[in-house]
Amino acid sequence: MTAPLAASAAPPARVEELQARIRGMQATRLDSKAVPTHPALRSVLPGGTLREGTVVQVEGSMTLLMALLSGPSASGHWVAVAGFPEFGVEAAARFGIDLERLVLVPDPGRQWLTVVAALADVIPVVAVRPAGRVSPAESSRLQARLRQRGATLLVAGDWPGSDARLGVEASEWHGLEQGHGRLAEREVVVSAARRGEFVRSARSRLRLPGRALEFAPVGQGAAELAEPVSLDDTRRRAAG
Amino acid sequence: MSVDPGRTIVLWCPDWPVLAAGREHGLDPVAPMALIEAGLVFACSAAARRDGVARGLKLREAQYRSPDLIVLDYDVALDARMFEPVVRAVEATVPGVQLVRPGTLAMRARGPARYYGGEDAAAEALLATVAELGVDGARVGVADGPFAAEQAARAAGASPFLIVPPGASARFIAPLPVGLVVDARTNILLSRLGVRTLGELAALPDADVRRRFGAAGAFAHERAAGREHSRVVARTPPPEFEVEQHFEPPLDRVDQLAFAFRMRAEEFIDRMRAVRLVCTALRIELDDERGGHSSRSWLHPRWFTPADVVDRVRWQLQGAGTADDGLASPIVRLRVVPERVDSTGNHEEGLWGGGPDERVHHGLTRVQSMLGHEAVVTAAIGGGRMLADRQVLVPWGDRAPERPNDAPWPGSLPALAPASVFRERLPITLLDASGTSVAIDARGTISSPPERFAVGGGRATPVRAWAGPWPVVERWWDAEHAKRVHRFQVVDDDGCAWLLVRDADGWWAEARYD
Repeated sequence: MTAPLAASAAPPARVEELQARIRGMQATRLDSKAVPTHPALRSVLPGGTLREGTVVQVEGSMTLLMALLSGPSASGHWVAVAGFPEFGVEAAARFGIDLERLVLVPDPGRQWLTVVAALADVIPVVAVRPAGRVSPAESSRLQARLRQRGATLLVAGDWPGSDARLGVEASEWHGLEQGHGRLAEREVVVSAARRGEFVRSARSRLRLPGRALEFAPVGQGAAELAEPVSLDDTRRRAAG
Repeated sequence: MSVDPGRTIVLWCPDWPVLAAGREHGLDPVAPMALIEAGLVFACSAAARRDGVARGLKLREAQYRSPDLIVLDYDVALDARMFEPVVRAVEATVPGVQLVRPGTLAMRARGPARYYGGEDAAAEALLATVAELGVDGARVGVADGPFAAEQAARAAGASPFLIVPPGASARFIAPLPVGLVVDARTNILLSRLGVRTLGELAALPDADVRRRFGAAGAFAHERAAGREHSRVVARTPPPEFEVEQHFEPPLDRVDQLAFAFRMRAEEFIDRMRAVRLVCTALRIELDDERGGHSSRSWLHPRWFTPADVVDRVRWQLQGAGTADDGLASPIVRLRVVPERVDSTGNHEEGLWGGGPDERVHHGLTRVQSMLGHEAVVTAAIGGGRMLADRQVLVPWGDRAPERPNDAPWPGSLPALAPASVFRERLPITLLDASGTSVAIDARGTISSPPERFAVGGGRATPVRAWAGPWPVVERWWDAEHAKRVHRFQVVDDDGCAWLLVRDADGWWAEARYD
């Protein structure tokens, strides 16, 4: 029982390298293809892009979810949204999601997991809000199916064994004052954590959305908080 | 060169559109009733005519003349659909029937006259046939050619039929107004020229009429002279695709019914496939034990397979319930009618299978059969001021309703749209510094600036920024649907922005920018 304490005393660089090696060996998706992703999210997502067969948790922001969906949708993929009765269609359209290739299942009810599996069979990017807890067995079964079909699942909620976790930590609106003005743009701090990381997470500042309804990183200061590690680096480190 | 049209029988059911609409809507046929097309009376019942309603009258004028008038929209499809059983029954009595228009049938007289022993006997047989179907007051006219025969049927008056002797047709139609054979413009021109009846038109020299009025005029001239070129062209009875199943004893469970109907559904699709057709729209009619009737059209983005048909039956039965639910009343009869069929050639799959969209369709259909037709939707943006009005959700497979969304809609939100639009608005409280709810007076000014904000019964958090009120006034002329609300944008302490509305009932959150 004293082993973890001893390990925590090791120099951080060494721990990081070991973690990278473990990740490299555990990785189930080294060869999985990248899904077209909105350029603004490159600095946010671990690995720089969404990948086929992965599960990404998205917490606390519908706009962030729409930003994730807009990339695949703009490049001609179908996207599905299940379990979000309040999904703002007009906002989705203005943020670049093609309504022609958007399918909504507002109330999947108790069968939501089956519905997600059926959607993931045919639709490459599926967003879902779980209506209940998922057991690890169910989640790994679904993830196997996602990998087989090359689909990406965005989950607004808890998901055992998700590949990445994005969350909005802070949000600040500009344009609205005390009694005048109107909402114009918002800056958010998005935190991103990879599989297995619960403490360390990369933070980036994004305009979500900006004045012209665009998504963009704020300045270049974002990288100072934590340099996002691209997947190639991970591999190199794992190899080295 | 002129073709002898031959003796023709025309069967005419007066006021057929009114009769058909009355039957469909279960109305009393003796009540004053009018069908409206483009704001004008298209047809009216005998009672309405007694009140002074006539074809071509404006709706308001018709209602003024007959205050009890029942007004319905004219539906061409309904008209034709209701007439179909009549056509079938007449075809069983006399073969070779031409459908002139719903309510009017033409057929050649020679065969029936010989079979029934005379034209009058044939006319009586026809009248007896339609009377069996409950069509009262039908008239039969017999003359040389369809046009003259139709005029004879219309002129029959009180007697059930009128037979114009052979060769006397020209004389019979001579006193009729010239408007029967020419369009409205030519009619005015002819009456200015002093030609008011068919007889007068027929008396003009053939070549002159052709020179002055062209081919259409020459055609009208020949009709007026009783020399018709058109003959009765018998229709080919369309193949029957509809299937009907009676349940004895009546079934009251959706799954039982779906199972019982499976065979019929396959037969329905197979019969169409045999003549290289696919069904892209169909209508399902259900009758229950208590006499209830439900009818609904279903569209398919591609074409119906037997499983799709069974699915549609299930969805129509269960509504929002699940497959195990009992029905309100047991079903005694189920009928499926194809509404639109298409050649399979237009729906052939490519050599390497269909595109990816076909897969998407199959997957979504599976989800639909799990959750119901309405559960899988595609979205479009419609017109409106309130956010919920602007999103139009269309069940997968249905056609999107055409709603204009290019109108400016003064009062709707600017470019930034909220990401979460609540289906049910959330009750909130908006308090000022002294802890009382913020109020808005009739002139649209607020009592005091908002300071604290709480969703539902939650803890009140400080308001960081706010703006408003932005009034939205809708349909002020309509007391029932009038809406007058004030909108606010508010940023709460967590940096989350809300769109609030204030109406007569209090404060609500309409949407969230999250």
